[in-house]
Amino acid sequence: MPETPSHQSASKPDPTALLDNEELSALREPMLAFATAKLGDRSKAEDCVQDALLGALQSAKNFRRQSTLKTWVFAILRNKIADALRLQQRFAEAEAIVDGSEAAESFSGLFDDSGHWHDDTLPQPWATPDKTLESSELGTIVDQCVELLPAQHAEVFLMREVLELDTDSILKATGLSQSNLNVCLYRARMRLRECLSIRWFNAGEESTT
Amino acid sequence: MMDCREATELMSRARDEKLTLGQRIGLRLHTLICAGCRRTGEQFELIGQLVRGKPQKQKNNSKTL
Repeated sequence: MPETPSHQSASKPDPTALLDNEELSALREPMLAFATAKLGDRSKAEDCVQDALLGALQSAKNFRRQSTLKTWVFAILRNKIADALRLQQRFAEAEAIVDGSEAAESFSGLFDDSGHWHDDTLPQPWATPDKTLESSELGTIVDQCVELLPAQHAEVFLMREVLELDTDSILKATGLSQSNLNVCLYRARMRLRECLSIRWFNAGEESTT
Repeated sequence: MMDCREATELMSRARDEKLTLGQRIGLRLHTLICAGCRRTGEQFELIGQLVRGKPQKQKNNSKTL
């Protein structure tokens, strides 16, 4: 059979299509540098970058800002690199790159023993005149806050909120269990809420008059 | 009565799937009396709009979230 059946190209995107997507091809070099540094192996790095770019290709058009697209693609790449490291039994490095530090986190600092907000963690109103929301600086801060999330959390959060995939599709794509997915999305939202409060919406409320 | 930890978890879940009637009622009762959790739910929604890069204009009758 000399011809590739058309249904195959639907499940596995055509690699040459990457060349047509300027936003993604611009990310190729920085991704390769990052992956090579983590893996210490140029050809394995190439594989991870290729996989991550292909994985991102179909959904790239959903990202309105290049910076959020970059965050998304790098979150996928960090997961691919972690998979490659685990194959080589380099588990500690794999955990470091997807940031396993949140494993034991349960937001115990936010809530008291009875499960209620502390006085100083009680969420404050966000002052949101329209002008504030349209600021380009806010867009940058949103992206920085997403980048601070563990890779897995960032990936599923963006799948859900930007790509607007339903949870069944995300479970299939990631292999997570339902309860793990719920935890990832909850932690991502709580972290982002905290990050945006500190960095933007409630910034300087106590220090300025 | 559910606590704030459980209420915030359910508000996150509610953005991804349909909650049971019991969960929705429990959540409604909790947010009636808890401003922190009410704000958290509203801020979850705004965060979604922000990452999609298209925040909706806020209703005129609610200046703050």
